[in-house]
Amino acid sequence: MGKRERLSGNEAVAIALRQINPDVFPAFPITPSTEIPQYFASYVANGQVDTEFIPVESEHSSMSAAIGAEAAGARALTATSSCGLAFMWEELYIAASNRLPLALALVNRALSGPININCDHSDSMGARDAGWIQMYAENNQEAYDNMVQAYRIAEHKDVRLPIMICQDGFITSHAVENIELLDDADVKNFVGEYEPETYLLNPECPAAVGPYSITDYYFEAKRNQAEGMRHVPQVVLDVAKEFAAVSGREYGLFEAYRMDDADRAVVIIGSAAGTTKDAIDALREKGEKVGMIKIRLYRPFPADEIAGALGKVKAVAIMDRAEGYTNHGGSLGADVMAALFRARSQALAVNYIYGLGGRDVRVTDMEHVYAELQKIIDNDDAGETYRFMGIRE
Amino acid sequence: MSNVTEIRWHGRGGQGAKTAALLLADVAFQTGRYVQGFPEYGPERMGAPITAYNRISDMPIRVHSNIYDPQYVVVVDESLLETVDVTAGLKKDGAILINTARPKEEIVPRLKGYEGKVYTIDARRVSMATLGKYFPNTPLLAAIVKVAGIMEEERFLTEMKFSFSHKFASKPEVIDGNMAALKMALQEVR
Repeated sequence: MGKRERLSGNEAVAIALRQINPDVFPAFPITPSTEIPQYFASYVANGQVDTEFIPVESEHSSMSAAIGAEAAGARALTATSSCGLAFMWEELYIAASNRLPLALALVNRALSGPININCDHSDSMGARDAGWIQMYAENNQEAYDNMVQAYRIAEHKDVRLPIMICQDGFITSHAVENIELLDDADVKNFVGEYEPETYLLNPECPAAVGPYSITDYYFEAKRNQAEGMRHVPQVVLDVAKEFAAVSGREYGLFEAYRMDDADRAVVIIGSAAGTTKDAIDALREKGEKVGMIKIRLYRPFPADEIAGALGKVKAVAIMDRAEGYTNHGGSLGADVMAALFRARSQALAVNYIYGLGGRDVRVTDMEHVYAELQKIIDNDDAGETYRFMGIRE
Repeated sequence: MSNVTEIRWHGRGGQGAKTAALLLADVAFQTGRYVQGFPEYGPERMGAPITAYNRISDMPIRVHSNIYDPQYVVVVDESLLETVDVTAGLKKDGAILINTARPKEEIVPRLKGYEGKVYTIDARRVSMATLGKYFPNTPLLAAIVKVAGIMEEERFLTEMKFSFSHKFASKPEVIDGNMAALKMALQEVR
């Protein structure tokens, strides 16, 4: 049986990592993810894990060391936030293109400038095209559960891609909330041993990792990478099914909240989804047909499934916690709108930028978004489709 | 969400308001409740005004915003009464708890017409008497548990003893002092 606890999101992820007991954890601290390697270092010192913990001199090095370890045949990971992820940029692509299923515990934080330590999704959204699987969490429980499932997805023989497990900086990383932990043995059994097919420290089967590729082969390598990504949604669902059998907690590619008869919907990522649920329940009390899609798997993007879930809505607001500087919205907005277009949806769609640099999201903010969607339906006109929530103008 | 108790802490960096909020979440959790304890991070420096929050509920808590209309406010540092709008949004049927050595009559006029209940405690006196140092958060934790009726006093003390014995496992000599601070604070809040 699981254990009821109260933990911050950072400690929850650190405990998941202790239970997984990975082989190598290189780390460089950056707020708000610092606590993850900090807690983990104490597990190493106490002998609770036999992980090789490598304090390195930068995030460029932490990701490089994780890549080296993973290529050698070890199960590796690191943790970071914001500018730390930006400093890993080159390595993110190396990890993905070499098909190394390592994990990154990302605690989302705004990118500079102005310099800011609080939550938005500009760090991971910028890395969305790097070839990593990206999963997001509403709260500490989901961050923990996603971490436990991470290696099963990344290491699957049909996938073999790195995975980024994201949670909102401070809002969930530093908030103590109730959580249910799995038993150590259950996590160990669920995650299993890592048995790579090819790895550098295998003298029986010499291999090269990361060789130069001329025009002749580069394109095919990228096509193969895309093929791995194509298998991810099914693997995510299969792993989630097994996870539900162990934990009793069910996950999909996204969560559809009160969507069955909804005529207005919000599509959102992360902790603000919980706040949106409170807004939905309050509006439902008044008879309003409102619902929400909360993205769990963002890369690859489950476009057809999301368009299907939005099939009956008249108006939808897509919420981006990162600016895209496209002059028409953010990346989630673009992804959802493309999905709706492909599905020949008639829904009126608007894209909000919100919560940048930790700007608070209140229940009343989300109620206002649903009120705006009602106006859009009444006018049969989306009006300005590129909007800002909670900004001082 | 009317069954949620919402508490907002106003302190200065280094006074332990965040720790107190986390300890309150901890002890409420021990009684089987759903909890949130979280700080609002601004400039991280000693002495800067900081805010921390608690939600305590019988139902799972999903909202992840700060608290704007609390039932209770705790002011860890009296000097904040002039610089921070501590009663902003504070419910009239709630209460404010202030750490001060002054009589209540001197404090009430500084609360911008707040009509709800006002409680005070001299956390410095309690802390100096029991710990020999100024740690305002331990007395204030006990005081807000009493003021907000979070749990029975006996249960609170039992859970805190358990919590301190873990927290201070490496320096057990401070456990008795902290327990004495809690007990004295329960008597001294008024």
